[in-house]
Amino acid sequence: MPVFFEKKQLVTPGELLAEGEYLAGENTYLEGNKVYAQRIGLADAENKKVNVVALRAFYVPKPGDIVIGTVIEVGFNGWTVDIKSPYTALLRASDVLSRPFKPQNDELSQVLNAGDLIVAKIASYDRAHDPQLTVAEPGLGKITRGQIMRVTPTKIPRVIGKKGSMISQIKAATGCQIILGVNGVVLVTGKTPEDEDLAIMAIQKIEAESHTTGLTDRITQLLKDEKAKSEEKKNE
Amino acid sequence: MSATLTRVKQKQIGQLIDAGKRIDGRGLTDYREFTIEEGLIERAEGSARIRLGKTEVLVGVKIETGEPFPDTPNDGVLTVNTELVPLASPDFEAGPPDEKSIEIARIVDRGIRESKAVCSDKLVIEAGKKVFVVFVDVYVLNHDGNLIDAAALAAVAALTNTKMPNYEIKDGEVKTKTGYTPLPLNSRPITVTIAKINGKLLVDPGIEEEQVMEARISMAINDDGNICAVQKGCPGFFTPQELLEASKLAQEKAAEMRKKLDW
Amino acid sequence: MSEKPEKLIDKKGIRSDGRKADELRPLKLEVGVIPNADGSAYIEHGKNKILVGVYGPREMHPKHLQQSDRMVIRCRYHMAPFSVQERKSPAPSRREVELSKVIKEALEPSVFMDLYPRSGIDVFIEVLQADGGTRCASITAASLAIADAGLPLRDLVVGCAAGKIDDTVVLDLYDAEDKLGAADVPVALMPNLNAVTLLQMDGILTPAEFDTAVNMAIEGCKKIYVMQKEALRAKYMTAKEELKEEVEE
Repeated sequence: MPVFFEKKQLVTPGELLAEGEYLAGENTYLEGNKVYAQRIGLADAENKKVNVVALRAFYVPKPGDIVIGTVIEVGFNGWTVDIKSPYTALLRASDVLSRPFKPQNDELSQVLNAGDLIVAKIASYDRAHDPQLTVAEPGLGKITRGQIMRVTPTKIPRVIGKKGSMISQIKAATGCQIILGVNGVVLVTGKTPEDEDLAIMAIQKIEAESHTTGLTDRITQLLKDEKAKSEEKKNE
Repeated sequence: MSATLTRVKQKQIGQLIDAGKRIDGRGLTDYREFTIEEGLIERAEGSARIRLGKTEVLVGVKIETGEPFPDTPNDGVLTVNTELVPLASPDFEAGPPDEKSIEIARIVDRGIRESKAVCSDKLVIEAGKKVFVVFVDVYVLNHDGNLIDAAALAAVAALTNTKMPNYEIKDGEVKTKTGYTPLPLNSRPITVTIAKINGKLLVDPGIEEEQVMEARISMAINDDGNICAVQKGCPGFFTPQELLEASKLAQEKAAEMRKKLDW
Repeated sequence: MSEKPEKLIDKKGIRSDGRKADELRPLKLEVGVIPNADGSAYIEHGKNKILVGVYGPREMHPKHLQQSDRMVIRCRYHMAPFSVQERKSPAPSRREVELSKVIKEALEPSVFMDLYPRSGIDVFIEVLQADGGTRCASITAASLAIADAGLPLRDLVVGCAAGKIDDTVVLDLYDAEDKLGAADVPVALMPNLNAVTLLQMDGILTPAEFDTAVNMAIEGCKKIYVMQKEALRAKYMTAKEELKEEVEE
């Protein structure tokens, strides 16, 4: 019962990965008893399950995900939010306002207006309806400081690293607070713009080189070098 | 909007096809009964109406004179247009031709043009200056499936009874005389459309079958049995083996129809 | 500046552009060329130069075009006014409308349409320079652009045409051969599934010639497919090293 790829081989959509008693895992599909790749990515097999870690995919909402979005429209009883997914999300006014909501009296745009950034959680999502958001938890809500950047959603795990090792490294070196939205939108908040820029640079490097080896060390080196440069500048 | 086929109906069609039958009782390779009436629009230079099952298509041919295209000074002009008029189906809307109507027109045009049915060099009045322009207008009057074959057959039938006005060149000007000459036709191409449902091939899909078919292929066959136009349609696929089968089936049916029509 | 060769293929089987009967024109493919698009690709096939940009999947507007249980693909095949010998008006011609339709129908079978209901993708094809076989080249590039946009696919779709010139069935006609030849047969294929998703013919062929032409085009498709996959890989492979570090999911 053969497998037709080497571990972590770069495969393209439609490539035959395995034949026989195999299960179709992430980003693969089954046709008869053959497993094919659906997206470009790195193929792997765990026991009898064949997976492809996609190098290019868009974000599909899952209840419980923490996402960062932009308010696009203020509606009658809530806001429409762009979460960089095929579906726009909805945030109900009743979720944000702790008291009962009166459409005539309450001006929703005073609370959140078009263009505002928020950190929210996907409260619910199914095939027939757009995702519903909630900000009724600590740490969620309107974003007032920091810089936003975008990362391909499939690379977010790489940015986090093994047991959070990669992201902790960046946080420690730059002193920044970093929120990684599962939808690929990242918020970096630091004491100075330079600290934020360094964190962004590091994350961009991880995205560009995510499928290579020795990345952790190169990031460590990058953080060290840049810090040294800025120290020099201060001393001039 | 027409009712989408219910799931029950879809299943029924599929089950019947698996057993080699169709919802209207036909076999997979049976065309519906059809009749063609010619010359019913006297104002047109040629006309024909086909009733293929409940699908009804009327074609009118108008002949005008005009200038040839600059790169073909010795050829007349043939142009095919299709109107899916709103009264023909709850799904048709008034307005300029949409992609469905344009596709049908172009397939019909291809069959006629590539089979050289109309001898465009016989449409020349004065080389480089004046030629006949043949307008073939396809009017769908009732849509019950397989507009392509209905339109193609009616168009060729209309051309068979098309008369061109006689003319003479007097003092450097083209003037019409009394009398008419039949339009010279080289070939009478026949188009056969085959649908694929549940892996089986069937000819002349009805409107409900069109809503469940995975793919369709239309082939225009000329008098010599050669293929002069092919168009695969619908977002599905054919395997090379199915294409071979479809090709054979199309030739068979075209020969059958040619005999029946005495073309 | 139009070249009208006298004989399209000579006694030695060499065509007016120097190729043999079963030879493809030179091809170049690049993925990810339009930064604003969600997916994009560029193809040069002979003198054809075609750019494809894909937007989506995104919420489908106008809303009445949405399908509650599946995605919608909108495809626009368009030729730039300067792409052909005689300037072409920018307004969509009937040919462009038909090609937009058949190209969409060639690409759709490769996409898992029911995974993203109510959404849509827009495939914009711009032919910057045309020299015969643009619909096939467009399909090859469009499929790459759709894969680049991150959509899950059954397979890539690849296009190639065959035809008949001077009584010989040949592969990959360029514009002069198409205009002066006896027939043109464009084909699109999902190679791993042996599925033909586009097939057209205009001209005159005996049933046997038609069969030969279709098979020849299919073989041409398979050759181009190798290059298509390479182009997709090239975008994502900066180093050939394999990833050894474990990734936390």
